[in-house]
Amino acid sequence: MQISARRVDKTTIFDIVGDIDLANSPQIRKAVLHEIREERAAKVVMNLTKVRYIDSSGVASLVEGLKASRDAGSRFILFGLSPAAREVLQLSRLLKIFEVYDNEEQFLAS
Amino acid sequence: MSGDLLLKLELRSNPNMLSVVRGAMERLTEVFGFSPPDCRSVTRAVDEALTNIMRHCYLGKLDQPIEVACSRVRRGASAVRVEGLEILLSDRGPAVDPSKLRGRRLDEIKPGGLGLHFIRQSMDTVEFKRLRGMNQLRLIKYLQAAKQD
Repeated sequence: MQISARRVDKTTIFDIVGDIDLANSPQIRKAVLHEIREERAAKVVMNLTKVRYIDSSGVASLVEGLKASRDAGSRFILFGLSPAAREVLQLSRLLKIFEVYDNEEQFLAS
Repeated sequence: MSGDLLLKLELRSNPNMLSVVRGAMERLTEVFGFSPPDCRSVTRAVDEALTNIMRHCYLGKLDQPIEVACSRVRRGASAVRVEGLEILLSDRGPAVDPSKLRGRRLDEIKPGGLGLHFIRQSMDTVEFKRLRGMNQLRLIKYLQAAKQD
């Protein structure tokens, strides 16, 4: 799994490539929480276009990011969910609590 | 009780092995004849079960043994026989109390506690057993599934 960040004004977009599982979800959690709490990003956006699989620890990291952004008064956004990522959020009944867009263009137009 | 052995994996409790097992399960479920959503379900259940073993039984130690054995099983009378994929996951961690194996309520928005939900939602049979000093989790998914009572 690779994670990189693009910063434009007060928006940070994390581009993630690969599967998110127990081996790497702590890395994602740390990066997301740093951006929200330390960098005070107004919008933290997770580009999941190249993520084929997310396990429960990955979902937990996303939920932590969402909660931290709510506490900080910022927005936490997902786009580019694969079928497997969408399924796992639906199974956990968490899909509806996230701000989700199909792709980056749709997010930018929001 | 097990059927015809299809695949047996022995691994250590290193999370880096999760993607390797997922790859094997994706191929095996395809070959077995599951639909794409069911292939993803079975793969997810095995992945979550392994994650639970690594986190909760072995407390993050990286070198502990885990075994995954996949077999073809059948149920029902010959006219309506249904084939299924049985997966036995075994570990040598401390005994698990099955009564304490429950996920969190899904109406709570908080991280964690989802793995067991994913396993139960994905599989037709989920059974925990302690056998000869080992924890054994038995998962079955049938090709034409009806949830067990």
